[in-house]
Amino acid sequence: MELVKTAENTWEIPRHGEMKVPAVIYASARLLQDIKHDLTLEQARNVACLPGIQRMSYTMPDAHQGYGFPIGGVAAFDLDEGIISPGGVGYDINCGVRLLRTEFTEAEISPKRKELLAEIFKEVPAGVGRGGVTKLSRNVLKEILVKGAEWAVENGYGTPGDLERTEERGRMIDADPESLSDRALERGIPQLGTLGAGNHFLEFQKVVEIFDENAARTFGIHSEGQVTIMIHCGSRGLGHQVASDHIEFMENRFGIAGLPDRELVHAPFRSDLGQRYYRSMCAAVNYAFANRQMIAHWVRDVFRRVVGSAHGMDQVYDVCHNVAKLERHRVRDIEKQLCVHRKGATRSFGPGRPEVPEAYRALGQPVIIPGSMGTASYILIGTEEAEEKSFSSTAHGAGRVMSRHEALRRFRGEQIRDELAERGIELRSTSWKGVAEEASAAYKDVDEVVRVSHELGIGRLVAKVAPIGVMKG
Amino acid sequence: MERYRILPHTADGKFQAFGETLEEAFANAALATASLMWDWTKVEPKVRFAVRVRGRDLQQLLVKFLSEVIYLMETRRFLLAGVSGLKMDQEEESYGIEATFQGDEISGRYKIYGDVKAVTYNDMRIEGCDCGVCTVQVVVDM
Repeated sequence: MELVKTAENTWEIPRHGEMKVPAVIYASARLLQDIKHDLTLEQARNVACLPGIQRMSYTMPDAHQGYGFPIGGVAAFDLDEGIISPGGVGYDINCGVRLLRTEFTEAEISPKRKELLAEIFKEVPAGVGRGGVTKLSRNVLKEILVKGAEWAVENGYGTPGDLERTEERGRMIDADPESLSDRALERGIPQLGTLGAGNHFLEFQKVVEIFDENAARTFGIHSEGQVTIMIHCGSRGLGHQVASDHIEFMENRFGIAGLPDRELVHAPFRSDLGQRYYRSMCAAVNYAFANRQMIAHWVRDVFRRVVGSAHGMDQVYDVCHNVAKLERHRVRDIEKQLCVHRKGATRSFGPGRPEVPEAYRALGQPVIIPGSMGTASYILIGTEEAEEKSFSSTAHGAGRVMSRHEALRRFRGEQIRDELAERGIELRSTSWKGVAEEASAAYKDVDEVVRVSHELGIGRLVAKVAPIGVMKG
Repeated sequence: MERYRILPHTADGKFQAFGETLEEAFANAALATASLMWDWTKVEPKVRFAVRVRGRDLQQLLVKFLSEVIYLMETRRFLLAGVSGLKMDQEEESYGIEATFQGDEISGRYKIYGDVKAVTYNDMRIEGCDCGVCTVQVVVDM
């Protein structure tokens, strides 16, 4: 496929065939090598063929092959002529990351890391097949789907300040729980407040480098050695079912003729089915917000018990990595509302956007990019340039480069635990096999991913954090 | 004949399942899906679930059939150990499956080591039964 370098870290697949717009890939030469290994570029081109797509089909530096859309794909559609696609959001709807800052130092927390992790492990259900702590009725579940993190706060999990610092204030208002299938609800009932497995984790970390003092201070990050907490999880089986259901409904309604990839199936945004998916997806997004809200609350509880206080454990932000949202953007000098799909990408709003919490609005939103297990994670800040370059989006993580199969062949979970322990990182998991699969060598270099984001100006570096304790599902 | 083979895939789980008939290949695909989460050979066949699904074509049928393995685990705490009596039928515009899943409830006796989020169409192949071997290929989101 023709790929033209149009600027530093910027590659373009020129418009050809059925493409309605060009596709742009943001990557360094090194990251592009990884991206070329699989079908990412073909998938980015396929997205460019969808009805109503605006400007470009964008691909972030950490991209890899997904289903229908690539992981790391960003595409915005006109609301009247465009579509919405479950494959453009992904199966794990609102898989996302929450970051808490604390007033603790590494020196205070490190000696207690084993105990803290053991207690968090007891408090936060993780792993596959492990039910949540609360037995929910269907009616309460539906209330959660409407209210998201707001429900959690009303029920004693966390504070209103947390909502202030969550995308959408932890609640997408277009959610309609009546549009979910019975199966989706059934899967949601036992899993509320659970971390899950796979690449999901809960970490406590220390700040190791501050790149932008002013922004860091605004986000509550003031010194190296300061302890932070990161929670990475999503909407669990409920969200997966919403995706599977609507892929099926759309196939049955619109057929699959002409689709290069079945998960590119889509519905006009304004159609009944398009609206049904959008409202169900919003409900799944809310479920994930409630999930992370509850987990954050339990983490604070554990700190109170083990360390004696939850001193300064305020939320920095909570971001979605898999979502479709209605946002205003400029296309050919006209500002209009679009349906922006981010699949494995983080919103990266710069200064002045009304969606950004007041405390951050003058600077831009925090962008949280988790690394792989046992490696550094990053806090970035959204930019004005991102609006022009990527509909206000940047990368979301490291992205796999090695199969789970290969990782299992090469690594053993217990060995990884021992190696991390030697580096002062405590690791606990429900499954050593799962640990081996998530070995950091199986992932792209997150340092390179955020460097490219920073150079492009689609998300600028604020601080780097490194793990002290890791809980893996 | 081997039942299935797990294949390398960068981000997710991929396998091929085999059978002398398409029915047998589909049943083995259910076991392959289970094998990404637990060791089905160690699960006692104590509990039974009747499974019935319909799809607009064979691919959708396979997605929905394999999704039952995940759905029953998450909502009924059921670990698949075996599939019996799998029958396929074809009407004008749809395909159907009826089968019985045997297995046991989740307990401390069984180790669950993987999380399959969803069954996808990515790279899916359902190949006819040339030379007495039917092959289905599936990628699951993990």
